[in-house]
Amino acid sequence: MSVQSNVEVHTEWGIVSARQAGRNLAKELGFSSVDQARITTAISELARNIYLYAEKGEIIIESVERMQSTGRKKGIKITAKDEGPGIKNIRQVMEDGFTTSGGLGAGLPGVKRLMDEFDIDSIAGEGTEITTIKWNS
Amino acid sequence: MADSFSLMQEQYTKILKKYLEEKNETGLYHAQQFSKKVLENQISPEEVVSLHLDALEKYFPDLPQGVFDSFEFLLEVMMGYGMAYREHQSLRDKQKELETEINVAASMQQTFLPKEIPSVDALDVGVISVPASKMSGDYYHFIKDDNDCIGVAIADIIGKGVPAALCMSMIKYAMDSLPEQRLQPGALLDNLNRVVEQNVASNMFITMMYGSYDPRVHHFYYSGAGHEPGFYYHYDTDTFEELYAKGLVLGIKRDTTFREYHKKVEPGDFIVLLSDGVTECRTDDGFIEREELTRLIRKYKHLPAQEIVDNVFYQLEKLQGFQLRDDFSLIILRRKV
Repeated sequence: MSVQSNVEVHTEWGIVSARQAGRNLAKELGFSSVDQARITTAISELARNIYLYAEKGEIIIESVERMQSTGRKKGIKITAKDEGPGIKNIRQVMEDGFTTSGGLGAGLPGVKRLMDEFDIDSIAGEGTEITTIKWNS
Repeated sequence: MADSFSLMQEQYTKILKKYLEEKNETGLYHAQQFSKKVLENQISPEEVVSLHLDALEKYFPDLPQGVFDSFEFLLEVMMGYGMAYREHQSLRDKQKELETEINVAASMQQTFLPKEIPSVDALDVGVISVPASKMSGDYYHFIKDDNDCIGVAIADIIGKGVPAALCMSMIKYAMDSLPEQRLQPGALLDNLNRVVEQNVASNMFITMMYGSYDPRVHHFYYSGAGHEPGFYYHYDTDTFEELYAKGLVLGIKRDTTFREYHKKVEPGDFIVLLSDGVTECRTDDGFIEREELTRLIRKYKHLPAQEIVDNVFYQLEKLQGFQLRDDFSLIILRRKV
């Protein structure tokens, strides 16, 4: 099963489409309703960052698998890619309380806490790529 | 975590069902107790909504679909609270870490202060120094030379907390590296001023009073650098006099000279040195008057010097509702009768 959805984000409609794609896949993979809400919230946050700071970029949603002693584990992987201004100081944006959107607990640290795995790469002037995974327990 | 969550789920279903059947205050009391447990188990708000939804699905499967959907909707609305809750937890952990660091720093700072007050037959000395928060911007220092002369310094770094404490550690090392002028207050402040001017950021200021007591002739020599005036108590007339020394705050101007003053100390007389945290003790009616302070000292003057300072501190602390707003240091040197 290698379902993959790519959603362009340059309007708020794009954010909604990305959420929808994420929710559909999360449901399909059997995530609980709380986890579904967490996954879509993470997608929202990432997509909003693209919409607000990079203007254009995409969200890629796909299912992933991992073999474990207890058997096969399924998860959902979200990749947010943009060619925006990039992040000069990644350590700073990963700090709690630094969000520029003024939200409580929102921003990248919030996304990281909602998900199980989180990885960020950014080059100032070139863009940002964030990959995050939630495993179905 | 997963286990405790399913346990919570079970319990929630049970108390909800009981409440819906009996609808009494006991049921609501259980709900309130449950909310404590939820926090203990670090369950976030959206999970509580999900507990509720699960319980409804289990016990009332015949409710209109719209009811279930509305809780899915509520769950989404609670996500923001959930994220804020998690951030709060992470900030709380960070705060604990910082507190531990500050505790270590504060105990290090304690080692900068003299471990014991030098004893001289002629003098009765009392000292108290209490920081407003964990770290102090007040500093005091005692030194006894070969002639049994006692040097005493009291300094106040403008500001408090960690920056003031860092600055204070520098003052300590600066004083340790100026041994030969130790007993000449004016020269000591000249030197210290140069060190501070060169090494401390221009927005940090240090006030200091330094005095030297010669027990052979009972003279007290002192100089001040913009420091809060102390008091001099005359035993024979039972009066207080301001102990003022004119001088610029340390670190403002490189070539500053500090005038040296002197007093002949008679038996029973005493010298009071303090930081501005003592006189700027603030009550609901504003700052206390300096007269209030002399009144307190007079009240306890029959006691040994250490008991005087301890009692004065206790009374002033009480006056401020046991909340210090500034670092508090008070020193008394009394010539024994």
